[in-house]
Amino acid sequence: MNTAFTPSHAHAGGHGDDGSMTTMGFWIYLMSDCLIFSVLFATFGVLAANTAGGPGGRDLFDLPFVLAETLLLLTSSFTFGFAMLGMHAGRRTAVTRWLAVTLLLGLVFVGMEVHEFIALIHEGAGPDTSAFLSAYFTLVGTHGLHVTFGLVWIAVMMHQVAHFGLDGIVRRRLACLSLFWHFLDLIWICVFTFIYLRAFL
Amino acid sequence: MKTDDRTAAAHGSAKSYTVGYLLSLLLTFASFGAVMHAGPSHGLGLAGLVVLCVAQLLVQLVYFLHLGSHPDQRANTAIFVCTGLLIAIVVAGSLWVMHNANVNMMPTQMSAGQAFSRN
Repeated sequence: MNTAFTPSHAHAGGHGDDGSMTTMGFWIYLMSDCLIFSVLFATFGVLAANTAGGPGGRDLFDLPFVLAETLLLLTSSFTFGFAMLGMHAGRRTAVTRWLAVTLLLGLVFVGMEVHEFIALIHEGAGPDTSAFLSAYFTLVGTHGLHVTFGLVWIAVMMHQVAHFGLDGIVRRRLACLSLFWHFLDLIWICVFTFIYLRAFL
Repeated sequence: MKTDDRTAAAHGSAKSYTVGYLLSLLLTFASFGAVMHAGPSHGLGLAGLVVLCVAQLLVQLVYFLHLGSHPDQRANTAIFVCTGLLIAIVVAGSLWVMHNANVNMMPTQMSAGQAFSRN
């Protein structure tokens, strides 16, 4: 069967460029996302001391727990890298397997974050307690939402790799997803430094 | 194969991902270790943490996101540098302005006349 006339060809209809313009456009989107996070970081920086008599970061944050979250996200970035290497080598099963590992690590990360949020709210340190906690939940929650959407995207791409193979469109989408996933790691580095570790200085 | 070399340079290899991962792990443990195992008189202050943070950001930008002066990546790198400048202005400016507002804000129990007469 000539693969040029399989559904993957119809799938490719209407896209002229080789994907480099798309990844650059996606990079510009990521930079605008970066600006959103920088504004949330600035808000947190301004409000961090405003605990309104409620608990501060030092009383609430559990550093070994945050270290575990960090290692999960960092490792998931590494495993995504191997999915991309598999893609460049044209090895479809390798891509699917590494994506599955990344998905699993990301799911555990989101699970830990949800657990942390629920524990904080039960301790009476919900987002309505103080300006500090509002800013904390907004910033860390926005990152968590990004990770959650990234996980949905990974699941969709696993399906697309299985269904369409590694055609040009799937490769381009995986390249964008790779940028997105590594970008979330960058944001998390700033989160653990300026939110969690900063609270103990 | 020239294109293969070009692709490897722009997309990394198993070795470059592993080096990036190990460097990131090292910097992460350095940050957490400095805060978790340092006593009350920690040698590493905020400045040290910022240095470790920026170092890890650079490691991941180079080894995972493949930013650099490679022709394929030059535009992305330029856009990133511009964004970095905007972020620095937004974050440093907000903290600076709000710090000044906090320090100089008129206490609520002071009347406008008293506040003016202080100058």
